Amino acid sequence: MSADDQIAEPLPLDMWHRSRGARMVPFAGYAMPIQYEGIIAEHTWTREHAGLFDVSHMGQLTLSGEGLDDALEAVLPADVKSLALGRMRYSLLLNESGGIIDDLMFSRWPTKIYMVVNGAVKTGDIAHLRAHLPAAITLEHMTERALLALQGPEAFAALARVTTGKWDLSVLSFMMGGPFQIGGVDAWISRSGYTGEDGFEISVDADQVEKVADLLCAQPEVKPIGLGARDSLRLEAGLPLYGHDLDTRTDPVSADLTFAISKRRRAEGGFPGADLILKRLAEGAPTKRVGFAIEGRLPAREGAEIFAGDTKVGTVTSGGFAPTVNAPIAMGYVEAPHAAPGSRLEIEVRGKRLAATVTPMPFVPHRYVRKGAA
Amino acid sequence: MTTYFTQDHEWISVEGDSATVGITDYAQAQLGDVVFVEVPPAGTEVAKGKEAAVVESVKAASDVYAPVSGTVTEGNAALEADPALVNTSPEGEGWFFKLKLADPAELEGLMDETAYKAFVAGL
Repeated sequence: MSADDQIAEPLPLDMWHRSRGARMVPFAGYAMPIQYEGIIAEHTWTREHAGLFDVSHMGQLTLSGEGLDDALEAVLPADVKSLALGRMRYSLLLNESGGIIDDLMFSRWPTKIYMVVNGAVKTGDIAHLRAHLPAAITLEHMTERALLALQGPEAFAALARVTTGKWDLSVLSFMMGGPFQIGGVDAWISRSGYTGEDGFEISVDADQVEKVADLLCAQPEVKPIGLGARDSLRLEAGLPLYGHDLDTRTDPVSADLTFAISKRRRAEGGFPGADLILKRLAEGAPTKRVGFAIEGRLPAREGAEIFAGDTKVGTVTSGGFAPTVNAPIAMGYVEAPHAAPGSRLEIEVRGKRLAATVTPMPFVPHRYVRKGAA
Repeated sequence: MTTYFTQDHEWISVEGDSATVGITDYAQAQLGDVVFVEVPPAGTEVAKGKEAAVVESVKAASDVYAPVSGTVTEGNAALEADPALVNTSPEGEGWFFKLKLADPAELEGLMDETAYKAFVAGL
């Protein structure tokens, strides 16, 4: 029995997805929509308009208690102390050897830190956090909460039309969040996402999520989008997927995620795996995560081997056909001497060698809105 | 001309000892958007039930099996430029390859259209 055959729990919007024609597949232990009308159409719709994604499988946590910032800085390489109210950061849960246990987002709430972790590994993340945080810190797993993402150039227009609250939605710029109401339902909205487009992530009570999803999909800019397009969008945006492009055998330097290690933490250390990570920051890592443009039309997928002449120099960790690029693209790890942009390598697919060139990521430019108004 | 179907969702349309092979509408719907098709060149010997072609959707690569044994006489060159023909016309312009049958008796184990429809309805 493969992992895909295992029990798939329904998420709060299960029937909503099915009634809209979604094909459901098991993912991260849940039944989730892989596609509605088709991956390419959904991908393109999101790049041109706005797509609504149900990401309620992800783990939503709150952390609170005396000494919270110090406690979190002992498990994350982020600068937690400088995080202002309503600001959001990307970080990594690291093990003692600098391996990546998960990648995550965290935000400052008035008396708590709100954290979103990957669905497939959330149980392990929670156990790790409970084991490594002092007893004074309370971790709450918000199991009665759903999470939506509204992504695309028209996401702001659609969401602003149905959002009310103390502030105008336009106060949010990229990586900021705040409390709002959507159709009267309390929501924590952040300007963030996993597509490279402008967009928002929306946390609401699970028993209200159908009302919010209906309201958003009633906007002319919005269609529901499945996991298939979520994957092709994030790949074009150069964003790694945990369990594929990142795992405990990869560290932040080889994964090209050094932006997640703040300046102060580099100077002070004191996070898990700091010895190895700081050494690699100074000297470089033996392998590096890079993007590939692939010649021709044949996609190279996860597991495909990368060659320089007869020598294997790396492995593809994500790859597929990129609808916006209109060509196959891939992400993978290669030995450092081959990691420079422009490096010409070959990827083997079914015995054929495909010409591949190391290409800076993202493959499709990010369109984040970094200043207030949309 | 008679059309037969396999449990792996290929169709084979037979006229005399020549046949055309493709995948069914059910198969293309399951695969989703097709982005690449690799068809065997003329002269390739294919064996019943063995891999004969590969179809890549956005999500994954899938093998297409030969419904019967034979020698490929033509691969569908149109699929190279427009692999989406498999989605838009799976049982027409989106055919994969033509072959000369090695043993017409191999057709006997295949389903007719009515049996295939019942098979799909039970999935």
